[in-house]
Amino acid sequence: MNATSWVRRDLLGIADLSAAEIELILDTAESFREVSERPIKKVPTLRGRTVLNLFFEASTRTRSSFEIAEKRLSADSVNFSASTSGLKKGESLIDTALNLQAMSPDLIVIRHAHPGVPHMLAERVEAGVINAGDGAHEHPTQALLDAFTIRQHKGGFEGLKVSIIGDIEHSRVVRSNILLLTKMGAEVTVAGPRTMMPVDVESLGVRAVYSLEEALRGTDVVMMLRVQLERQAKMNFPSVREYFELFGLTRARLKAAKRDVILMHPGPMNRGVEIASDVAEGKYSVILEQVANGVAVRMAVLYLLSGVHQEVG
Amino acid sequence: MTAEIQRKRKILDSKQLSRVIRRMAVELLEKESEAKDLMLVGIRTRGVPLAEALAAEILRMEEVEVPVGVLDITLYRDDLSTIAPQPVVKETHFPTTLSDRALVLCDDVLYTGRTIRAAMDALIDFGRPRAIRLAVLVDRGHRELPIHADVVGRTIETRENEVIDVHFAETDGENEVLLLEKLGE
Repeated sequence: MNATSWVRRDLLGIADLSAAEIELILDTAESFREVSERPIKKVPTLRGRTVLNLFFEASTRTRSSFEIAEKRLSADSVNFSASTSGLKKGESLIDTALNLQAMSPDLIVIRHAHPGVPHMLAERVEAGVINAGDGAHEHPTQALLDAFTIRQHKGGFEGLKVSIIGDIEHSRVVRSNILLLTKMGAEVTVAGPRTMMPVDVESLGVRAVYSLEEALRGTDVVMMLRVQLERQAKMNFPSVREYFELFGLTRARLKAAKRDVILMHPGPMNRGVEIASDVAEGKYSVILEQVANGVAVRMAVLYLLSGVHQEVG
Repeated sequence: MTAEIQRKRKILDSKQLSRVIRRMAVELLEKESEAKDLMLVGIRTRGVPLAEALAAEILRMEEVEVPVGVLDITLYRDDLSTIAPQPVVKETHFPTTLSDRALVLCDDVLYTGRTIRAAMDALIDFGRPRAIRLAVLVDRGHRELPIHADVVGRTIETRENEVIDVHFAETDGENEVLLLEKLGE
């Protein structure tokens, strides 16, 4: 038996988790990876359980990843998306939550543009709640799948140099990743234009730099973030070309990193904006492994959260 | 949850245990005409060292290397909704495909039969074996499903509050089989 056993009902953020709990999720995911390689990619573990996927924000990758994970565990999944939900018709979030509760789901996976919505939901419903991204706050399963991929390649986190590059300010992926990686003992550097760097970022225990070269020097892991072109109305940088010039990852620039560096991207990526096409497909890239690992990590989370929860009395 | 457990007696010591395993290997070969298409599948945790010990015996006697697979049945358990928290899931792996092989499920103790039911469900998801047999070190009775073993090391009459504790050097540092008793509940 592991030292830790899982007692949580919800996965709302990395902030709540201990290092031992993170290890348990990653170890469990390791076992689930094999399920996706079987001729019949399905186990009966969550038979008869209902999972609601509640996506108030567009998402293809995360939603499909959760859906595949649910189906491989034999859960019944039901999808709600923003365009068809009652919220569009003026229903309040609390009413939506109560209505969902009335259908007695076992788990709810939620993505919402506002931070804290999953937490609010978790307080009001009996089902377990999984945060699939709440505004710029957290995206715990993304950080877990990133960690899983890193651990696969590097064996562990202690003293590992991880550089996260791009729009640090608006990314929930960064926040969850910083929380997780620093908890596990990695040294995290963040880099990006000053307009995309939160002022107090170093209070999270990371080093902030403003040049790509400096961030890449001697690093073990490079995590490129998506430039959110749809937010570009805010004019955080003068032009896409200039961004690529200063912060775009090219093969030549990547040479500054360690020779066995791995290159990650949470997707969807903009080729020619934050990353050059040949690097994205090059030998250092583990971007598609991240996607495959996402399913295993989400299966692990669904499995752990679907345990019986006894009130501690 | 934790009832007090008292040791009653040793059923098999290390020497007796290896003798029993040797006999099980002979019986297994007797029942399967071709050792070549056999695969031993150890059910985690203590079915694995049993499967390995049987494979070593078969190698010694027949000079045939029988592949050994490892099966974790956690995801197929029928009591996941009643135990808390979730048990740790470990990996399952097979050295070759299962189709057209005669599989021998190996486990340390046969009790209710529920583990074997789960194991068979899992195996079927991996392919279509020619046959599935069952080899257990100890059959302690109290079956809840219509399941029986093809090869049995020892049959031991037990009471419900007794526990058969199998130890292997690989997992527990020593080869022995003990009978324990749970005191009170």
